Amino acid sequence: MKVVLVDAGGANLGSVRYALQRLGVEAPLAADGDAIRRADRVILPGVGAAAAAMARLRELDLVDVLRTLDRPLLGICLGMQLLFAHSEEGDVACLGRLQGRVRKMRPTPGIRIPHMGWNRLHRHGENSKWLDGIAEGAQAYFVHGYAAGVGVATVATCVHGEAFAAVVASGDVVGAQFHPERSGGVGQRLLANFLGIA
Amino acid sequence: MLSRRLIPCLDVRDGKVVKGVRFRDHVVMGAIEELAARYRDEGADELVFYDITASPEGRTVDRAWVERVARILDIPFCVAGGIRSVEDARVILHAGADKISINSPALRRPALIGELAEAFGSQCVVVGIDSLRDADGQWRVRRDTGDAAATQALPLRTLDWIVQAQRLGVGEIVLNCMGSDGVRGGYDIEQLRAARAICAVPLIASGGAGNARHFIDVFAQADVDGALAASVFHDGSLRMGDLKRALRERRIEVRDAA
Repeated sequence: MKVVLVDAGGANLGSVRYALQRLGVEAPLAADGDAIRRADRVILPGVGAAAAAMARLRELDLVDVLRTLDRPLLGICLGMQLLFAHSEEGDVACLGRLQGRVRKMRPTPGIRIPHMGWNRLHRHGENSKWLDGIAEGAQAYFVHGYAAGVGVATVATCVHGEAFAAVVASGDVVGAQFHPERSGGVGQRLLANFLGIA
Repeated sequence: MLSRRLIPCLDVRDGKVVKGVRFRDHVVMGAIEELAARYRDEGADELVFYDITASPEGRTVDRAWVERVARILDIPFCVAGGIRSVEDARVILHAGADKISINSPALRRPALIGELAEAFGSQCVVVGIDSLRDADGQWRVRRDTGDAAATQALPLRTLDWIVQAQRLGVGEIVLNCMGSDGVRGGYDIEQLRAARAICAVPLIASGGAGNARHFIDVFAQADVDGALAASVFHDGSLRMGDLKRALRERRIEVRDAA
């Protein structure tokens, strides 16, 4: 099985690659369309700002590749946010693989932004195969200041002030707002589910 | 609900983890990867590595151990020490660190905070503050505390610096209360409460933890998002699992220990 990491310039590329290595999977970086289309599984990590990441994907001519990809695609953190139609962060059009918009999280008394730390995943809607082996209330590591609202593709929510989409899935397109590469056994299981090696 | 974070802090010097008392007289605690793996397995929520002599010696963190740590950890970690530019930070983040923490270089050039936030996002950018109460009752910041001989007291008030750092785009503040550091008498609740009142981003308490009660107090009374400690974890006098049980008994939300 060929797994590639899309090089959208995110700072967590290394940590995601190491997490896959701990699962026995070697995933090279890919920055050209052919390599991405030839892979069996594609992972889009991301740390940073949405507008900068979209600009980099445009520069590499990867926007259409990712819009039309017919392989399982996993977006992580900012990578998940890019799967939606639009992000308020830099007011930028994203990949549009999922319906919905990404918005800035609002601080309220006792609710600090960025949302940083371990928080609970709550199953949402029908059981998703991508969440096999991950218990209701399992804790995962989040670091973000923007989030997508709960929508049709949401399979797990998380609450920080308001509920937001923590894991999304629509067909073969999957997204995790948390960092599976830094979420202990819970994150490892999500990656294994995505790779079909659980 | 968001968990309160328990963060072992590993002070790094010459590739080893060391611990001092009141920032002086360091003794070697063990190898970096060995301690990182131990805390990962015990259920720590996050780790912080401070290269304590990088800043006073005018150099940046050694990338090699950052990468080795990134390979073995499946929890987040933050690296601090002599990061003076976006390029310095990029090397550390690309080696696998989740966050970078800046202290003395940010005091020399506050604009660095904004540059890092713009390049990597606020969530990557932590400002560490070493703070001590002066004779007039004001808390003020100290610079270059990794080397006792080089440490300087600045006229900048700690609370003013916290406000300024937020304006520049910081994602998290670690407040090291030097007066209580290393002596295990408890966190400086008064100072942390004052900081909390003006800090809208995550605030991490540092300095003074000696037992589980100190952690309960700092979360319950100062409403900090995380608590950082070193010697109380390093010498095994407080086990992560026991600490989390004690916190949960007080209805303080924590991540399940491994």
